[in-house]
Amino acid sequence: MTSAQTTVSLSIDGNEMQVLEGTTIHKACESAGINTPTLCWAENLTPVNVCRVCVVEVEGSRTLVPSCARPAEEGMVVYTDSERVRHSRRMVLEFLGSGVDLDQATPLHEWIVRYDADIARYDQPDLPAAIIDEPTKIQDDLYIRDYNRCVLCYKCVEACGDDAQHTFAIAVAGRGFDARISTEYDVELPQSACVYCGNCISVCPTGAIQFKTEFDLRRAGEWRPDQQEITRTVCSYCGVGCNLEIHTQDGRIVKATSPADHSVASGHLCVKGRFGWRYVQPSI
Amino acid sequence: MFGAGGGTVSYDEIEETDFIVLWGSNAREAHPIFFHHLMKGLDNGARMFVVDPRRTSSAKFADVWLGLDVGTDIALANAIGREIIHADLHNREFIAHSTEGFEAYAAAVEPYTLDMAAEVTGVPAIAIRELAHAYAGAGTAQILWTLGITEHHNGVDNVFALCNLSLLTGHIGRWGSGLVPLRGQNNVQGGGDMGALPNKLPGFADVADSTDRARFEAVYGMDLNPVPGRHLTLMFESMEEGTMRGAYIIGENPADSEADVERIRGLLSGLDILVVQDIFLTRTAEMADVVLPASVAWVESEGTVTSSERRVQRVRAAVAPPGEARDDIEILGELARRLGVDWGYPTTEDLWDELRSLSTAHAGMSWERLESEGGLQWPCPTDDHPGSPFLHGWLWDDDLGGRGPAPFTVVEHAGPAEELTDEYPLRLTTGRALDSFNTGVQSGAIDSPIRYGDAIEVSPSDALRLGLVDDERVRVISARGSVDMNVRIQPDIPEGLTFTTFHFPDLVDTNVLTNDTWDRQSGTAEFKAASIRIDKLVRAGAGDD
Repeated sequence: MTSAQTTVSLSIDGNEMQVLEGTTIHKACESAGINTPTLCWAENLTPVNVCRVCVVEVEGSRTLVPSCARPAEEGMVVYTDSERVRHSRRMVLEFLGSGVDLDQATPLHEWIVRYDADIARYDQPDLPAAIIDEPTKIQDDLYIRDYNRCVLCYKCVEACGDDAQHTFAIAVAGRGFDARISTEYDVELPQSACVYCGNCISVCPTGAIQFKTEFDLRRAGEWRPDQQEITRTVCSYCGVGCNLEIHTQDGRIVKATSPADHSVASGHLCVKGRFGWRYVQPSI
Repeated sequence: MFGAGGGTVSYDEIEETDFIVLWGSNAREAHPIFFHHLMKGLDNGARMFVVDPRRTSSAKFADVWLGLDVGTDIALANAIGREIIHADLHNREFIAHSTEGFEAYAAAVEPYTLDMAAEVTGVPAIAIRELAHAYAGAGTAQILWTLGITEHHNGVDNVFALCNLSLLTGHIGRWGSGLVPLRGQNNVQGGGDMGALPNKLPGFADVADSTDRARFEAVYGMDLNPVPGRHLTLMFESMEEGTMRGAYIIGENPADSEADVERIRGLLSGLDILVVQDIFLTRTAEMADVVLPASVAWVESEGTVTSSERRVQRVRAAVAPPGEARDDIEILGELARRLGVDWGYPTTEDLWDELRSLSTAHAGMSWERLESEGGLQWPCPTDDHPGSPFLHGWLWDDDLGGRGPAPFTVVEHAGPAEELTDEYPLRLTTGRALDSFNTGVQSGAIDSPIRYGDAIEVSPSDALRLGLVDDERVRVISARGSVDMNVRIQPDIPEGLTFTTFHFPDLVDTNVLTNDTWDRQSGTAEFKAASIRIDKLVRAGAGDD
């Protein structure tokens, strides 16, 4: 139930504006039409502040602040495109790209150009520890995991944990260069606590966790997102009424996702909703 | 309940409620995304009690699990009611203003002392008392249930027993509080709302009510049969009596899904004509004289479905149906044409608008609004009505919205229809697994890595006593038949109870075992309580030299 909410006034890049108390700087930027990159933030997850690509400069603040998590405050003066911000975002993107394959990290591609980032800058042959370099994990017919694409944004961990699924099948194991997403004791996924809801896939921004259907089509050179259509419908299983986005290519279903802005499922699904469409079309 | 067949609250409300009773529901596996909302409620500080014979994956998130014996729900509910009254925790003002029949209810539950209920249900008296006090004392509280309540020979009485608790405490008709039957299929709510019930016309109108009927006759331009039809269970009785000689089955697989399924197969095969309209050649379709291939309703055709929170939502075609498969509406229209009635070629929207003209609960839900607002919750009577998150707010109005008070319904403990005997000493209950759905027609195609098939789950102590080991093949026998299946030793079920699913009828014909004794009020069979024994297929030690 809503109660009367107060507003705060702030300035972003010289524009005076008012937003509801509790609104993040990132949301305020969005309402002002200022595109601010963010990788580890999602509408349906709690901010974890790890990617740092959304940082902005706040007058009077010693350090840059993550706009995705920091609420707007009365009288705040924010700069989103200062030299300090641009420099920081460029370096963050270069760090994210070090030792990681960003080919499928589509949201980043635009920012790499915008901030003139050299994502190969830290890929040096004499620093082998910086590269995970392990084969793609294909342990079942539903998911693949390719940690060479992982930037450790934590989104999958949050979705598997207390932001949605409460299964806690994955977490970050190891420290430093060894840090990576892992199941308990690094067991194979079918032996882990995983319940195959696929909510980790739906939040992954880089393709590190991926539908097997998408992986197979990509490997065959037949994945063509620009030719895909998305149809919104309702899952055919239990009576909860989760909305589905059915992605089709050449009249064939290639994957199912869920709209994050719908009140029933908030972008999440269970194993039946995520993979249960296969009976409509036994092979893809 | 109280004149409207639907869950009384929205999913959002469980995120803000204070107290949750999950009763005969394993929502963690059967309604996983609803459980996300429930978990937000727990994260926000709600307490949860789970009432279930099994320590289910849902129960593992509970503050307290009440592991009652199968079929003792009414004894438990009545004892909770009695304890609330004796502790003077009932809402006297609400009872006086909004309900009737309290005195009779209070008198009827009087014998259900905590000790008596503990004896009958197997739940410690202190846990029953704690549930009673916590529920009655909560600011807002919900009771949610599924088939653990309804799939009994007295399932409707079970529901009444829970409704009585909400009337006793006033946990109904306000944001956050209510009664929630979680629906098991994506349009079981909508099917009933649209009149796919033997005694109902669309929009909750009664077939037997001449005023209701007249509204429909005016639109349809014809007289309607005033005699309510027969529900599925009664239809099988009619087949048995020989008074029903043909059946036209759309999207249902009774040859796998009904209790005592061998009897059902015999009845279906004895019909003069069986027509089946389905998306697959199910076991029922294999028995048919004529099969009409249909399109997949949620992804090959247009329409609406209605969810557990009464939300009407659009389904849309994303792919074309294969081969000669056609939309259900098209098939029905063509059939009518062959029978000499021309219904024209209405679009889905035309049909929806006809419904809106006949059902005030849906009148405000234009096709455009359903598209743009992400679905709407009935009742939504006018174009500017926002839809209804919860039902029965009228119970709190000074004039009860012009209605009569909500009645308490006296119900008594009965126990399962089939008692345990020396020959069949174990209780069998059935249910669902996370990655599967009903008879597996849809879910069978999921390449699930977490699937273990239909195994007979037994408690460690029973396994020890019977000399059973994991994955051992055994014969499970009830008074109706026998099925061979694998053992799965399960520490989360109590001694004396066994459990299995029925998702792979081609491999394990679970419903050969289940009891078809059914509730005269709902027509639902007692899938949740059969008596069985487990025979070893290999005598212990027989393989040793």
